[in-house]
Amino acid sequence: MRDRLAIITATLAGAFMALQYFITLPIANSAYRAILSWMQIIAAFAIVVGVFGVIRLHLERIGRKRAGWLYSVTLLAGVLVMTILGFAGGIDRGTSFQWVFDHWQAPMQSTVFSLLAFYIASAAYRGFRARSGESAILVMAAIIVMLGRVPLGEWLSPILPNVSDWILNVPALAAKRAILIGIGLGMVATSLKVIAGLERTYLGGR
Amino acid sequence: MNLLETTTTALLTLAIYSFLAGDNPFYKFAEHLLVGLTIGYTLVITLKSVIWPQAIIPMGRGEMPGLVPLILGCLILLRLVPRWAGWSRISLALVVGGGAGVAIPAMLKARVLDQMAATANGVTSWAGWIILIGVLATLTYFVFTRAHRGAWGTSARIGRYFMMVFFGATFAYTVMSRVALLIGRLEFLMGDWLGILRS
Repeated sequence: MRDRLAIITATLAGAFMALQYFITLPIANSAYRAILSWMQIIAAFAIVVGVFGVIRLHLERIGRKRAGWLYSVTLLAGVLVMTILGFAGGIDRGTSFQWVFDHWQAPMQSTVFSLLAFYIASAAYRGFRARSGESAILVMAAIIVMLGRVPLGEWLSPILPNVSDWILNVPALAAKRAILIGIGLGMVATSLKVIAGLERTYLGGR
Repeated sequence: MNLLETTTTALLTLAIYSFLAGDNPFYKFAEHLLVGLTIGYTLVITLKSVIWPQAIIPMGRGEMPGLVPLILGCLILLRLVPRWAGWSRISLALVVGGGAGVAIPAMLKARVLDQMAATANGVTSWAGWIILIGVLATLTYFVFTRAHRGAWGTSARIGRYFMMVFFGATFAYTVMSRVALLIGRLEFLMGDWLGILRS
């Protein structure tokens, strides 16, 4: 019963949202905007569910004194600090909430992403050892694009920046367009399956 | 930034970089703190900028349409109660179905028709012809209902070469963006914190 109701909801919502693209009536447009807003609110509630799931998991870990439970205390302290600061002092510029974001959260995030620079170097080394023609093309394209974007490339050869631009604007663009067309067609096919009720894995794999 | 601010930021940065020497308690502490702060940040932003203004305030004003998303949102919250978790599928279905409906015209236009038009309209130069050949060759590679033999196989192989160039260029951009972030962090550590670098 519940699953059938869910499938009918998906079909009606999907069919309306797809068809309204071709309808110019103001009422259809306002209904479209309302449903978009509902989807955003539901997604926000889903985030709340996710947050409570994480909190429950870590509270359980602390309660049972599992390995690394002290790290769970750190995680929950982080959640608590941000939540209290956000609700007590606001989220605008100059608040403690923004201070923690600017001085702790954002620098740590950028540090985590910069860590990849070290690991990507080892991946590049494996790429350099590549034996096949295709991987040689990949490595050559990467080297030319990298050198073409830094002053060292221009110092080595004045044509390197132009070659780099040509790679990005011609062969790389061609492959990117074909991949985008493939992704687009795949998404349309999957969306049609969802609307037709043939794709039901979002209901829990049944 | 004062010394206390830069020192706390620098210590957290160093704690994350300590992962380069292997997994260790300093890294784990910083990692869990980052996850906790991010969860708290997301929760506050979600509640304050979406749920409160778009669902709670309209309902407080007695606007009936505001009640619908609130009910649908509460259905999602039932996922936390195992016995009634199944009811959340109705809200989920609205998001998935609605998203699918939005995706059909949007994807068809932006990812298929616009790309095809740009490719076809570009054949006024040599570069445009190369792009056309590259697009067609790459698309033939993705046709798996036909064996990649003969002329079709040659086209698919040329398509693979085009894709390798694209992956190489994407790899290069990823490397450069990560190295730029690394330089930014090192500038902070050596400049703002230690004062070795001067801008």
